[in-house]
Amino acid sequence: MCTYQTETVALQGSGKGVATWFPVTEATVYFDHPQNAPAEHTLNVDFINPARGPSARLAVELTPASARALAEAILASLPPGSDG
Amino acid sequence: MPHVADALTAETIRISGYGGDEIPAYIAQPVGEGPFGGVVVIHHMPGWDRWSKEVTRRFAASGYLAICPNLHFRAGQGASPEDSAAATRAAGGVPDDQLVGDVDAAARHLRSLPSSNQKLGVIGYCSGGRQSFLAACSLQFEAAVDCYGAGVVGNPPPQYPAAFVPLLGLAPQLSCPLLGLFGADDHFPSPDHVAELDAELTRLGKEHEFHSYEGAVHAFFCVDRPSYRVEAALEGWARVSEFYGRHLSS
Repeated sequence: MCTYQTETVALQGSGKGVATWFPVTEATVYFDHPQNAPAEHTLNVDFINPARGPSARLAVELTPASARALAEAILASLPPGSDG
Repeated sequence: MPHVADALTAETIRISGYGGDEIPAYIAQPVGEGPFGGVVVIHHMPGWDRWSKEVTRRFAASGYLAICPNLHFRAGQGASPEDSAAATRAAGGVPDDQLVGDVDAAARHLRSLPSSNQKLGVIGYCSGGRQSFLAACSLQFEAAVDCYGAGVVGNPPPQYPAAFVPLLGLAPQLSCPLLGLFGADDHFPSPDHVAELDAELTRLGKEHEFHSYEGAVHAFFCVDRPSYRVEAALEGWARVSEFYGRHLSS
């Protein structure tokens, strides 16, 4: 199914797209049909910068288990107090 | 020379779509003088991709003028179809009135071709299945095919965009016979959704035939996805061939 369920989060950082680095200002996170991954549904994250157009996009399509492992790794990697 | 089997030409053109916007469309035409029936191919949610264009060429190889407009083009001119699809999805999908305008433009282009017999079908997959039904209820076609389109009946989940409305109320305006091809193991549309649409079209006296395939899930036609189910896809293609042969022949 096309879920359309999308979480959008504002970000500050950089991402490397096809051509070059660009400032990442948002991420859309959704569980839906992938464009490339060999699965019916994947957890997809698009790191984007809408002000620079749709091509400013760094995309990943992960299996649910991979997505959970990644989320846990991110949280585990952040040292206490690193938010400044 | 009505049609040279499997011989075709294909290219990307520009058509004047909804609101006068110029959008790309992939068109494939059989070799021969015709007259040929035509098919508007509505691509699936992942976008105006290779598979959608392969489907378009398949119809041309079978003797139909076929066109597949890029419904996501407006999301980013110059962006890849994949990036445009992602941006369109993030914005809530293709608005229904825009879809109808773009399909109308594609249909008008096919009818304008000298080799057209003026008989047109529409077919769509996934989100395009819903849009095929929408187009057939909004425009004049001779035959429509809905391949596992979700959202024709039933209220959408609460997270869906507000513009994503059920289409069952449009059924009285269905302009042509409808072929529905579904996976019995699909959840959206579920077998209950398919049964509800079937019952409503029967009640309205609308010509239709539905087939649901055991063991088939959503997107069972897509050869490049794990959802591909060879038995259902082969049977489904045979149904499409018979259906269009009956309604779109000269």
